[in-house]
This record gives sequence, structure tokens and C-alpha cells, in this order.
Amino acid sequence: MAKIVGGIGTSHVPSIGKAYDMGQQEEPDWKPVFDAYKPVQKWLVDLKPDVAIVVYNDHGSSMFFDKYPTFAIGAADSYPIGDEGWGPRPLPDVPGNPEFSWHLAEELVYNEFDMTVCQELSVEHGFLVPMNLCFPHEPSWPVKTVPIAINVIQHPLPTALRCYKLGQAIRQAVEACEDDLRVVIFGTGGMSHQLNGARFGHLNNAFDNDFLDKIESDPLALTKLTHQQIMEEAGAEAVELIMWLTMRGALSDDLTRVHRNYYAPMTTGMGLIALEENA
Amino acid sequence: MAAQRDKSRTIPGTTVFDGAESRKGYRINKFAMSFTKPENRTAFTADEEAYMESWSLSDPERQFLRDRDYRGLIEECGGNIYMIMKLGTCTGHGLYHVGAQLRGQTFEEFMATRTASGAR
Ligand SMILES: [Fe+2]
Repeated sequence: MAKIVGGIGTSHVPSIGKAYDMGQQEEPDWKPVFDAYKPVQKWLVDLKPDVAIVVYNDHGSSMFFDKYPTFAIGAADSYPIGDEGWGPRPLPDVPGNPEFSWHLAEELVYNEFDMTVCQELSVEHGFLVPMNLCFPHEPSWPVKTVPIAINVIQHPLPTALRCYKLGQAIRQAVEACEDDLRVVIFGTGGMSHQLNGARFGHLNNAFDNDFLDKIESDPLALTKLTHQQIMEEAGAEAVELIMWLTMRGALSDDLTRVHRNYYAPMTTGMGLIALEENA
Repeated sequence: MAAQRDKSRTIPGTTVFDGAESRKGYRINKFAMSFTKPENRTAFTADEEAYMESWSLSDPERQFLRDRDYRGLIEECGGNIYMIMKLGTCTGHGLYHVGAQLRGQTFEEFMATRTASGAR
């Protein structure tokens, strides 16, 4: 039986990808970010996942407002590196597991989560920055992936509770798979940030640290947050954090926190939490 | 059903990108999305006016673009920040340049408000 062995909540700030590509990992203002992922990389080596389910949002790479799905799932053999307007990053294409993706899609849709299934999907910073930070990838990635894209950029967005319930349904769907797969799930985006208006650059460290506390110990409290509350407190773009609830909904409550970090150097609270299933 | 948004509580200095904004900004956002193709970036760089004409941009959209006025493109024309960012390879203006404009500051003034601005 397939099972979920761990979950990771992480920001997916695009400038981290650029800094990585330019080899700035040791520069003093960048080093705290890159160093924070080293214990997570090591943990993942020991955990030996076969598949990473990556919950992210497309920021206008493979998806546009002509038809922007609320919930989508990739079901391709391979996911090419997208061009977000500045050329694709120099990363290898990311392998998929289309049989597993279709299994999840079937379970989720029959469980009343109506996913858009994508057989052609290029992936972008929302997906790639977390993968890049957590896994070695030269010459190729050590896991297969299932991208799950959530609309967090064009309101109306799915509610925080709905995203959490999607995670619960993902767990059921994973456990209904007869293949012996070890699965990790990523919830990406946030934390506090705002990229529009005169409030550009708004940060809220207290909100972010409280969110990091509760994503571990009291996720149900976070499912009660409305988009309005998140935007008022943590910035308009902080609504991405609802994607962390999908990750958390896919986990049990019998967890060990492996790692946690927070750093807010510029315009985004960069958070990281890694949770391992005990059973 | 808990209301997800309270439109009576406008958030100062904030635009929520919703259906009204997405309708208003559809043309400029689709134009900006075209910059995900290298041949379109080349075409814009070769002849900005001709490329804007080929997308039938409005006069205000063209003028804001000529002026590199990102506040105008976003707040007046409905531009979505993620789409507008795609213009950056051609204009040479990254997120923090755009952000400083939105805040009504110079780039240097904005950078001085950050805690570790080397992580840019
Ligand atoms: Fe994002």
C-alpha cells in the first residue's frame, strides 16, 4: 500500500531560484535560506520517498486567466521547466508518475474533489523552488512527482477549510493505491507578503510564526481563517498559505517535527517546516 | 458559509485580484503573458510600438508601458503583478523596482526598509 511518510511546508520565493542559479548560496544575506534546507535534504535522503506530491500555484507559466482551474493535477510522464518570461531555469525536466496521478485523480473526483487533469504541464517557481531546495537534481531528480495546482491568485479562491479537506482526500487516495510507494507531500507558498499597491513589502513575522506553530499543532484553527483575515494581517499574496493546509490535511496527528525555520530578509516571510509521520 | 471577503473593509494600499480586476486587466495581462515566449520578447524589443499595436492595447496601456509606469499598469489597467513581472526581461525592471514605484519611493529608499537586502 502507498503511504504518506512526511510533509513539508515551504515558501517558494522565485528570487531563491535565481540566487541558486547564480551560485549565491554562500552570500551572507542568502546563506540562512540555503542552510535551512540542508537538514531537510538529509532527512529526505534517509526517508527515501518514491514520489513527491507538490501542492503549488501556477503564476502565469502554464496557466492563464482564459481558463484558470481551481484545483488541477498533473498526469504527465515528465514536466518540462517553464518559461515565466525570463527563460527556463537550467534544471532537468521533472519526472512524473502518470499511473499514480490518474489513480489519485480518479479517487479524488469520485470523492467529490473535481480536479482538472493536465497531461501537458510545464512547472515553474511555485513547484521548482521547493523541489530545487529539498532534492539534489544533477543529473536527474531522485523522486517522481505529482504536481497539484491550486488557484490562489484570482479570487474567488477555494477556502482554507476546502484546501485542508483536499489534503485529507489526498491521504485517502494515496492509501487506496496498492503500489508500495513512499510519498512526501509539499505545501508551498507564502508566508506573509504583498506584491501590489502602496502596501507592497508588507510583512508580519508574528503571524508567520503563529502559523508555523499551528500548522504543526492546531491546523483546524488555521482552517477557520478567511481570505480577508489572511490578507489584512499578512498581505494580499499571503493567501498562498492555504496550500500548506492541503499538505497538513494529508498528514495524521502522530507526527514528529524534524525541522523548522523562518527568515524574512526582503519582501516575503520565508518559512519552512518538515513533519515526519511516526507510524 | 463564512464570508471569505468583506468588501466593506477595504485593505489600505491593497488591490485584491478578483473577477472585476481580471476582467479589467484581461488585455494587458494576456499581452504580458505573451512574454513567456522568447519570440515575443524579441518582437517587443525590436519594435515596442508595433508589438503593442499587434495586441491592440489601449492608449493608456501604451502610454504607461512607454513610461515604464508599473503603478499605472497595475492599478489603472488591472495588471496582475505576476503577469506584469514578465515584462521585466525586456524592460530591465525587476520586482523591487516595480515595488518601489508602488510604494512611491525610489529603489534605494525601498531597499533601505529591508532587513537583509542582499537577498534580492
Ligand atoms: Fe507564489
